[in-house]
Amino acid sequence: MEKNECIYLYTRFERFWHWAQALLVLILILTGLEIHGTYSLLGFETAFSVHNFCAWTWLVLYVFILFWMAITEEWKQYIPTFQKLFAVMWYYVYGIFKGDPHPVPKTARVKHNPLQRLTYLGIVSFLVPFQLITGYLYYYYNAWPQLGWDWALRPVALLHTAGGFAMLVFLIVHVYMTTTGHSLSAHIKSMFTGWEEVEDTAGHEWEVKS
Amino acid sequence: MNIKGNEARCTSCHAGYGWKDDSFDFSDETKIDCLVCHEQTGTYKKFPSGAGHPVSEPKKFSGKEMFYPPDWNRVAQSVGRPQIENCGICHFYGGGGDGVKHGDLDSSLFHASRDLDVHMSPEGGGFTCTRCHTTKAHFIAGRCYKKPAFTERKSLIDDDMVERIACVSCHTETPHEPGSKRNDHTDKVACQSCHIPEFARQNPTKMYWDWSTAGRMNENGKPLVKKGDLGKAVYHGKKGSFRWENNVVPEYFWFNGTMEYKLLTDTVDPSESVKLNKIMGSRDDPRSRIYPFKVHRGLMPYDLENKTMLSPKLFGKEKEAYWKSYDWNMALEAGMEAHGLDFSGEYTFVETEYHFPSTHMVAPGEDALQCLDCHADQGRLAKLTGFYLPGRDKNKVLDAIGWLAVFGSLAGVAVHGLMRKVLAKKRG
Repeated sequence: MEKNECIYLYTRFERFWHWAQALLVLILILTGLEIHGTYSLLGFETAFSVHNFCAWTWLVLYVFILFWMAITEEWKQYIPTFQKLFAVMWYYVYGIFKGDPHPVPKTARVKHNPLQRLTYLGIVSFLVPFQLITGYLYYYYNAWPQLGWDWALRPVALLHTAGGFAMLVFLIVHVYMTTTGHSLSAHIKSMFTGWEEVEDTAGHEWEVKS
Repeated sequence: MNIKGNEARCTSCHAGYGWKDDSFDFSDETKIDCLVCHEQTGTYKKFPSGAGHPVSEPKKFSGKEMFYPPDWNRVAQSVGRPQIENCGICHFYGGGGDGVKHGDLDSSLFHASRDLDVHMSPEGGGFTCTRCHTTKAHFIAGRCYKKPAFTERKSLIDDDMVERIACVSCHTETPHEPGSKRNDHTDKVACQSCHIPEFARQNPTKMYWDWSTAGRMNENGKPLVKKGDLGKAVYHGKKGSFRWENNVVPEYFWFNGTMEYKLLTDTVDPSESVKLNKIMGSRDDPRSRIYPFKVHRGLMPYDLENKTMLSPKLFGKEKEAYWKSYDWNMALEAGMEAHGLDFSGEYTFVETEYHFPSTHMVAPGEDALQCLDCHADQGRLAKLTGFYLPGRDKNKVLDAIGWLAVFGSLAGVAVHGLMRKVLAKKRG
């Protein structure tokens, strides 16, 4: 560990959108479950209003994030790859218990390991738009007849519920994964400061190729 | 129960002013009492069993209340537009007493507080009945039987010649603040459903009437009367057992404004409660809304052989009248004969339901229902199925899978973390 050095991994806007989304997803899950009838906390009407407010906020934020990804070329961090994917998976299933080093340490140009790339790509390009689309369809249910849609609300509501559960599962695993750094809070700390302590800053052969 | 055979009593309100016998012409428009609707002295009183006539000399009704002949000149000179008193004197007492029939119409509306009725209260809109029940040459809008009370949902802004005024006439179809989700409800939920949270909020209303227990007499040989805790009779020897209730939560049904009525000639199936009127409408009908009802339940006479409902002769001086001899066989025979219908002689009492739409007693906005009253597991719309109601409806399988995934991943990360900790300690 004596070779450790700090690299600036997460820029200010990146940290901002990360924590903003974290807050939004948390509130959306809490209010969503209340609207779903799981418990009573804020009251249905407040939960509903907060849920919709967060939805609009996320929609705007999402547009900004996509714009940021495009102009900073950070989208390249999310190009999926299968190289070392199974090594990473095997690390979390087995190697981590033995104290093995991570097969894909972070570098400035490769801030995400292949498993992260795949997961975040799935979240940003599938799950979030899926929740936004099903959510807005749900919200604008009353406009369906004007659009000539003869749909039932149930499938849309159920898809949105399923997406919510998926988001909650992601959240649980994601939060847990933050504890797998060189200390329990290292990853969370770096998401606040932007600086990540890494062991090796050398490039990776699979990244060089792309 | 029917007017026929009991005209002398029922026609004190129901059409038939001056009824004497079956030769009365119900279609003759000159036999309509002008004064009852238009006089404004409040002294014009009909004798209860006088077929709509006041008395010509002082007379006691059933040994209690004294009735005096009207001061005709004063009464006639007072005529004006009908006030709440004119309408209420009949419509608040339907079924033979205050609040018997309608849960949303009773004598509490003569001087309604704002909490009871925002429209009719002087502290609210100060409306008379005819403010909404518009009239055109004595045709009064807003009846809600075979025809809907109104056929078009138009606001007065769209068309200021709307003849039949509905909530939307003044409040429009988007009555709440712009952008409010409440406005998205008006295509499926009637205003009344949320804005009449309970009916009979001041005076109690009769919810249950069991005719089968009628006929018990007290020690003096007079019909036995027992008072209940709401100050209303819970038993009357003439009429049977009743249940009165205050602050009644309505029942909700899809309603397109029309009713279908059971006739005495219709065969009915008493294996389930007989719906004397059937609420028409469904979720798929764009004209239907979820609407609040008072459901008046009871036990009423039924012909075991003809499988029809029966109409007894209750009132009259003849021995056949139930309130004379207290003999159902004679009363049913005479009652059905008045209709020209057959009575087999075999009768029993069967459960019935009558549905009264609730549209009066609109509460102040702050007392309206909240989301959770319906958007909940056991909410007010629990019985209305066939559509997805957020907050009430769930897919059990999806929820099970969802929670399994959530708790599975929680357990998974917990085990993973614990193993990391234990094994790291082992390694030292």
